[in-house]
Amino acid sequence: MADTVPTSAPRSPLGGAAARLAAATRASAGAVRLAELPFLTQVNVRLDAKGPAADAVGLALDLPLPLEPNTVVRAGESTALWLGPDEWLLVAPPGRERDLETRIRDAAGDEPVSVTDVSAQRTTLLVAGPRARDVLAHGCPLDLHPRVFGPGRCAQTTLGRTQVVLVARDEPRAGFWVLVRSSFAGHLAHWLLDAATEYV
Amino acid sequence: MLLIPCPWCGPRDEAEFHYGGQAHVPYPEDPSALTDEEWARYLFFRDNPKGPFAERWSHAAGCRRWFNAVRDTSTNEILTVYRTGEERPASIEPSPVGAPPHAAGSRPGPAEPARPAAFESGIVPAEGKPEAAPPGEGRPTQPFRHPTLGRVHRDEVLTFTFDGVTYQGHRGDTLASALLANGVVQAGTSIKLGRPRGIFSAGVEEPNAVVQIEEPFPEPMLPATAVELYDGLVASSLPGQGRLATAPDPARYDAVHAHCDLLIVGAGPAGLAAAEAAAGSGARVILADDRPEPGGSLLGTGEHLDWVDAVTARLRTAPEVRVLGRTTVFGYYDDNHLLAVERRTHHLGAAAPENVSRERVWRIRARRVVLATGAHERSLAFADNDRPGVMLAASARAHLHRHGVLPGRRAVVLTTNDSAYAAALDLFAAGVDVAVIADTRAEAGEWAERAREAGIEVLTGHAVIGTDGDARLTAVTVAPYGETEGGREFAADLLLVSGGWNPVAHLFSQAGGRLRHDEALGTFVPDTCRQAVEVAGGASGTPDLAGALAQGAAAGARAIEAEGYTAGTPRLPQVPAQPRPTPPQHLFTVPGRAGAPRFVDLQRDVTVDDLARATGAGLRSVEHTKRYTTAGTANDQGKTSGVLASGVVAELLGVDVSALGTTTFRPPYTPVSFAALAGRDRGVLHDPVRTTALHEWHVAHGALFENVGQWKRPWYYPRDGEDMGTAVLRECRAAREGVALMDASTLGKIDVQGPDAAVFLDRLYTNMMSTLKVGMIRYGVMCRLDGMVFDDGTVIRLAPDRFLVTTTTGNAATVLDWMEEWLQTEWPELRVHCTSVTEQWATVALVGPRSRDVLGSLAPDLAVANDDFPFMAWRETTVAGIGARVCRISFSGELAYEINVSPWEALALWEALYEAGAPHGITPYGTETMHVLRAEKGYPIIGQDTDGTVTPQDLGMGWAVSKKKPDFIGKRSHARADTARPDRKHLVGLLPEDPGTFLPEGTHLVADSVLPAPPVPMLGHVTSSYRSAALGRTFALALIKGGRDRVGERLYAPVGDRLVPVTVASPVLYDPEGARRDG
Repeated sequence: MADTVPTSAPRSPLGGAAARLAAATRASAGAVRLAELPFLTQVNVRLDAKGPAADAVGLALDLPLPLEPNTVVRAGESTALWLGPDEWLLVAPPGRERDLETRIRDAAGDEPVSVTDVSAQRTTLLVAGPRARDVLAHGCPLDLHPRVFGPGRCAQTTLGRTQVVLVARDEPRAGFWVLVRSSFAGHLAHWLLDAATEYV
Repeated sequence: MLLIPCPWCGPRDEAEFHYGGQAHVPYPEDPSALTDEEWARYLFFRDNPKGPFAERWSHAAGCRRWFNAVRDTSTNEILTVYRTGEERPASIEPSPVGAPPHAAGSRPGPAEPARPAAFESGIVPAEGKPEAAPPGEGRPTQPFRHPTLGRVHRDEVLTFTFDGVTYQGHRGDTLASALLANGVVQAGTSIKLGRPRGIFSAGVEEPNAVVQIEEPFPEPMLPATAVELYDGLVASSLPGQGRLATAPDPARYDAVHAHCDLLIVGAGPAGLAAAEAAAGSGARVILADDRPEPGGSLLGTGEHLDWVDAVTARLRTAPEVRVLGRTTVFGYYDDNHLLAVERRTHHLGAAAPENVSRERVWRIRARRVVLATGAHERSLAFADNDRPGVMLAASARAHLHRHGVLPGRRAVVLTTNDSAYAAALDLFAAGVDVAVIADTRAEAGEWAERAREAGIEVLTGHAVIGTDGDARLTAVTVAPYGETEGGREFAADLLLVSGGWNPVAHLFSQAGGRLRHDEALGTFVPDTCRQAVEVAGGASGTPDLAGALAQGAAAGARAIEAEGYTAGTPRLPQVPAQPRPTPPQHLFTVPGRAGAPRFVDLQRDVTVDDLARATGAGLRSVEHTKRYTTAGTANDQGKTSGVLASGVVAELLGVDVSALGTTTFRPPYTPVSFAALAGRDRGVLHDPVRTTALHEWHVAHGALFENVGQWKRPWYYPRDGEDMGTAVLRECRAAREGVALMDASTLGKIDVQGPDAAVFLDRLYTNMMSTLKVGMIRYGVMCRLDGMVFDDGTVIRLAPDRFLVTTTTGNAATVLDWMEEWLQTEWPELRVHCTSVTEQWATVALVGPRSRDVLGSLAPDLAVANDDFPFMAWRETTVAGIGARVCRISFSGELAYEINVSPWEALALWEALYEAGAPHGITPYGTETMHVLRAEKGYPIIGQDTDGTVTPQDLGMGWAVSKKKPDFIGKRSHARADTARPDRKHLVGLLPEDPGTFLPEGTHLVADSVLPAPPVPMLGHVTSSYRSAALGRTFALALIKGGRDRVGERLYAPVGDRLVPVTVASPVLYDPEGARRDG
């Protein structure tokens, strides 16, 4: 699949919703910002957190894998999300999946490691603005108060009855990433626009 | 909702978890060595203890880890959690029951001093004066409005209609207070007896004035005492029963989640004091109150309102403090999860903004809770105690101070305790002529002295023995307590009653708290509770204001200090000295005129006589008398009558009320509309909808959709004028004769990686997967431990240590959970990881004799000849310039391919195939055609042709069950006597003898052409039924006892009132030789 030349531009799960998200963002006069961040590289990594591969992979990526549950580590444009005691999601700008997979496998050597490209499995929604927490609170049972879910936190939970990965961005004002399965993305965008009704 | 502490992620809502049954029940080392009985014991038998129980849970919506929890099955408390593989902790004690709330005092009910003499300047003549507002239509408006008292906004005149008559009120009124201001006290008739009933209270406890709101939107059964007045309100009285709206409610209802360190329920003196102590500490505090403004009972007594305003102002600006007005906390659930409903725009009437929800459900998770819910005054069971004009004493006082309304001109007071004196004195000071206070006690103490000093006659040891009046009370007869005749008659249009006070312990009780009977108070008060909750003020039985304030402040401080914050010194008002209290008399019934009903539950028309019939019938429990008489079952849920009913039943049985207790309090505290509970979870947001990357194309091409799990799948694509049958026959023909394509992206896909991946799949599937060669594909079946088919799909070997597994569309998450459960709990030694990649790939099925031509034209690098690319092989290549994994799989028996690409490129692929196939008449098809094609080939659909009682052998798939593998999940069960029976139901084909007759799915099958007398022996049932283009007839699949031995037999299918003759056939009805597979 090395010489892939798509015949047309790739289409993201929420390409069709971009205008509605932008319109709500404009109408809210800064209260809420909703947008899809399409095509981000997402690579699922499974390895023994206590084994030698964990450190080796962290070094190779220049991105230590977070060991504390529900935290993220950022380095440059890449982010490593804790998903489980032996599971991480690496998120990077579009097109990095091959490179990441190669570096991880090379670094792990003979240690058993599973690497799976899941870039299209989920898409990423940005939910930001002063009312971002209020919008999410309509459907997310987690406590997203900055004391509890500040920068550096992530969680797998449910939002509007879809499973999501929530990430608190670097600073409270930067809002949240909501990673959602692509098949649910249309529903979740609809849900978010509905939840934002009072703020737009 | 329980909070379950995931060992990795910490406490999360129960809804994020899956239950996995009893823990520490290991899979037997060698199932084949077990007897059937031993195996059945492992399979079907689990402990069921009361108390601590170790069980498996999976954090399914979170980190997907399985872990163990010890749960107390009698309380649902999770005592501990630990990771799989760890030993169960030796001994775990349930958490101690909380300390009793800090109850103090000995007198029920808030008893505060009467108004100072200065208030007398506010006296209005008994005849009343016209209001400041201009009279409309010559009608003197609001003749019962006090000129100065109350917190209504006199500059805002609101017009409303009740029972067709237009009235005026003010902002700040309730519907009830506005009616009273206009001299209207009757607000309905009773449900069974049709007796006129009047406004009885000033709050949510109202049993009588339950009205129908007609506009702006019809709502039934709202207490007029809790309906805020707005301009344009149209309401009508009810005969005890309301009417639901027939049109959809256009308003928006929504819900939010909230978290706090401390939730305070009730913004009366105790609640405000608690908030005052907690605010400013940094703790996150929510103060919820059901009224439009804070103050609680202080609003009703008119005391310390400056303090209320000052505290409220501080709270509104304090960081991390949220004040929720018009918010009723109605449910108290596990782990301090409380539900509240906020009425956000009701009071705005037609002016409510459309984008603001009318009601909002708050789902609050609180570290600590302080319940400061106050107390409800209760009535007494005396003769004719239901006439309009009979009102709870403190409620009359509240109408005066909150709304500036005089509930009558001339009042009689009946009381068993001190608290009614303050009401009488305040009303007297405001101009109500208080004719007499009948106090059942022999000694009435200092309060009576104060009343006498004010000029009010007090008759101790007296009670009301009868009342007169129809639409409104006209007279009250008072006699020494115990007498039933004679007495003195007082002309009166108002009878104030106080039978004592009931702490509002509803939420405490819902929380699992126990109530105890307080001898001094003569009622039930909160005792102990396992949850982190305290009760303060009137709700705990504390009768006096100073005590309530101190108790509230202490509870608020304790709560936040337990959470690590430092409480400040709260500013509390100085409460002036009170008259010395006199103990209340514990009394429920009052003897009265013969034949006059003595009502206990006004809303259900239940009298003392009704309860006597219940006890006479032998009922000894208040739960039973409640159900026998319906007392306490109306939508007021017996707030003013529940304890009274217990007291009456106790008297009838000759026992102490403390021995009877109360009936159980259950959520909701007050009625909550279904619209609010549904919130936004309705219409398209009712359930998530999953769509594929090709969804918009399907919509644009006229597809009708079928729900498969949460997926929307194209069902069929009707052309102009086509019905479903015609469209499906056309689609089937295209797939069998030309080329057709289908969106198969919804199939579940799981990437299975690791050195032990092949070993793992060998254990999961009935057939052998480890022998599969890289580059090849194998169909596989999975069973549950009981040997029944659970899922099927294909397994693609990508590399020696990597497979891609497909599952049925609806079962993808279940299969992944199943894999994780085995890996994490039973086989942690296996070096395998499973990752869902369902949406990583879009899949297009290209089917039909021309499919090779179409694929070949778009995949120049792919050798498509049968020898180069055989059945059950896969290749990586480019199709239409798009990187693709092409699998030669067929679910139709035709030459077919499944082309997997990135969903980002799926539309480009689909459109390229559609264009390249056009010369061959390429046809998109949906799930219905897929079902027909597979059924013609006898391929079962798991979940349609199976129901959890079907083995692979029953399906005729013994070939997919390995005999070489030592074990796989379900193998031992296949050897059980029951699964080896020859007369099990087999999947077979059915051909109706009339090729046009269609058998509905679910049709049963019988042996004879004439139905015998019942019970009729059933041989099986139809699982799938279609019309076949290829066969030129109808056909069906069915599960039939011993079906494979009946091929060729004639059976009968009862369809309507006919017995349709059918012939049993092989399930493979089309191309049984498999000649079409390779094109």
